[in-house]
Amino acid sequence: MTSASSGDASRIQPPRTPFWRADWARGSLWQALLLAAFVWLMWSAIDNASVNMRARGVPTDFGFWNRPAGFDINQTLVPFTSSGSTYGRAFVVGLLNTLLVAFFGVIIATLLGFLIGVARLSRNWIIARLATIYVEVIRNTPLLLQLLFWYNAVLKPLPNPRQSVSLPGSVYLNNRGLFVPEPIFGAGSDWTLWALGLAIIASYVVKLYAARLRIVSTKRIPVGMIALGLVIGLPALSFLIAGAPLTWSAPELRGFNFQGGVRIYPEFVALLLGLSLYTAAFIAEIVRAGVLSVSHGQSEAASALGLPRGRSLRLVVIPQAMRVIIPPLTNQYLNLTKNSSLAVFIGYPDLVQVFAGTVLNQTGAAVQVISITMAVYLVISLVTSAGMNLYNRRMALAER
Amino acid sequence: MSDITAASNNGAPQAFVRTKASPDLPPPLAVGGIIGWMRENLFSSALTSSLTLLSLLFLYWYTPDLVRWLFIDAIWSAPDGEACRAPGAGACWAYVNAKIEFFAYGSYPRDMVWRVDLTLVLGACLAAWLLWPSAKRKALALVLFLVVYPILAFHLLHGLGPMLRGAMRGLADLFGSKALADMAASALPVVGTNLWGGVFVSLLVATVGIVVSLPLGVLLALGRRSKAPVSRFLCVMLIEIVRGVPLITVLFMANTMLPLFVPEQWSPDRLMRPLIGVALFSSVYMAEVVRGGLQAVPKGQFEGAMALGLNWWAMMRLIILPQALTIVIPGVVNSFIALFKDTTLVAIVGIFDFLRAVDTARLDPVWAGPTISATGYVFAATFYFVFCFGMSRYSMMMEQRLTRGRSH
Repeated sequence: MTSASSGDASRIQPPRTPFWRADWARGSLWQALLLAAFVWLMWSAIDNASVNMRARGVPTDFGFWNRPAGFDINQTLVPFTSSGSTYGRAFVVGLLNTLLVAFFGVIIATLLGFLIGVARLSRNWIIARLATIYVEVIRNTPLLLQLLFWYNAVLKPLPNPRQSVSLPGSVYLNNRGLFVPEPIFGAGSDWTLWALGLAIIASYVVKLYAARLRIVSTKRIPVGMIALGLVIGLPALSFLIAGAPLTWSAPELRGFNFQGGVRIYPEFVALLLGLSLYTAAFIAEIVRAGVLSVSHGQSEAASALGLPRGRSLRLVVIPQAMRVIIPPLTNQYLNLTKNSSLAVFIGYPDLVQVFAGTVLNQTGAAVQVISITMAVYLVISLVTSAGMNLYNRRMALAER
Repeated sequence: MSDITAASNNGAPQAFVRTKASPDLPPPLAVGGIIGWMRENLFSSALTSSLTLLSLLFLYWYTPDLVRWLFIDAIWSAPDGEACRAPGAGACWAYVNAKIEFFAYGSYPRDMVWRVDLTLVLGACLAAWLLWPSAKRKALALVLFLVVYPILAFHLLHGLGPMLRGAMRGLADLFGSKALADMAASALPVVGTNLWGGVFVSLLVATVGIVVSLPLGVLLALGRRSKAPVSRFLCVMLIEIVRGVPLITVLFMANTMLPLFVPEQWSPDRLMRPLIGVALFSSVYMAEVVRGGLQAVPKGQFEGAMALGLNWWAMMRLIILPQALTIVIPGVVNSFIALFKDTTLVAIVGIFDFLRAVDTARLDPVWAGPTISATGYVFAATFYFVFCFGMSRYSMMMEQRLTRGRSH
């Protein structure tokens, strides 16, 4: 108002807004009220919880973490015994099982999803139709139903070990799971691993060198082929030099069950199958949308420049499609990880089944257990989306 | 090279001129008709042809088996599971037929299922009114659906509470009407939620999710976009936390933690807890969909509204939200599809939804047999597929209508 009062006095001045009707004052009042309501809500929830928990004799601390668990878990990646291991150890076992199924699920779903996404775009009518049917059926039925179907209707009715379904390569499938040969690494097999590491570093060096060479002398060298040769050739060479220190322990039927080999539990197979097939359908749609989002002019321009079809795909279409594909793809990976919690319905010992199920029932520490479980998923999500934001910032189109 | 001569000027070749026409290319074998279509779409190259043959082989291998299992070898009517247990028997549709009431209503008293039917029909009519693109007075339908229908449905399904019953008794005393007094005593007796189950519970969970998530999602989205620090912080926190965790953990939380957070006497009903969890979960996803719509409204619309002197609520209600919500209709329908599929998870806290009913019924010793599980799951899958596929087609249709209006 200072500028108005310094002008000529004959101008009609708008009435001065009293401060209690000013926007900032009203806004602050509402915000303060909201904050107060939130604090009150939190405080009363905590108050009620402490009263209720004491009344029900529920533990209010994390003391259960170091107490012996006293239950068994069938699939464990780290040693776990019902007598000696603690509830904290059970948490670790569950978390590792969740990460295990998520890791393999992501790999299978990605491969299958890209394949089906490309198939949907295929000019082959029948392939495109089959891919469409797959995507529509899978996307329009609940994941839980699919998991139950794989577990109860496909894997459970399999014959017992004596009448196992025998697959090529000493692989057996029966109602106790999938039995595959176990690789046993002899002395000197660590050299193969070192060679693989060396090959990856060497490929990276070749790539850097090729990039410089192209700028300095416009010469191109086949980086992909060299890298492939290095990554396969070096480990293979060192493996052979070390005298092929690898033997396989094949599963054999002894008595009523198989001995030797690796037993993959039917729960794991059902969960992995269900999650991968379900997520693959969503990834297929993302891939299709990504490829369609690259305008036709781009591939036309590439062929006008004389690029052959393969190189135009590799250098022009796919890089642009990936920009569209990667963010929702990461979202699907997160969804897969979160959906792995459906393991609880078919008894796969993941984080939710072991920790939020068994441990919660035995200790009764609902608030602590559920909070820890949620925090784990939350951390996975937040870390992934932070990485995603970094990636997006690097890949975003530089616009005006 | 005889038909091309180098036209030279001053001895240096400058242009090549063709003097004779080159021979005609052979005509294309077939471009139209079935043969042409097959040549184009099935056998355009060696790779395509081999893929086509492989898929035909795959279909030839499995389709007859599937058809035989589903229809020809299927048992369509039987008193118990004896016929279905015979080797070589296909799907046991007789079992679905015998269990259909259980699948639909759970353990709801059979003489009162008309209450469920009436609720479902009313809901279907309102939904059709809302979804019909050219229907009139949608605002009225929205109010009916979001406010009136839930109250009505609650009393129909659960029965009259003591307060309403008392009010009716009071009225009966006032008018001295015997009929009204009888009605107050016996109309719509209470059916506990422990008896509820089947398709109707699935639809109930989905409907509650939709009814709550629409307004709450809009509020959360507005809060997230607002400049006020406290509301924005609270909305962002709620949205990010709930979106970062699986629905199962939210349901666990609603089931085991919620009763601890409220005074003992307010402890919610066993069906109410997962409903709260599902409503919260779907609201935050709805909020993100609505936020997308809000971001798609051009800035000029906000500025225009402010220039007209509208305050924030009026601007949102009259200018921004109508545009934003129209844009996101397909997204909203897609999140309804996800919600409908997610309703199956309420089984984890002991609610008897449709899938749980199917999964329980297959253990009935009268019917138990090798094909029962698969039959039940195929039936359930068909049910979910019809609903979700229908919704997704609807969303695609709306998307086309909307882009048609905007494209020029």
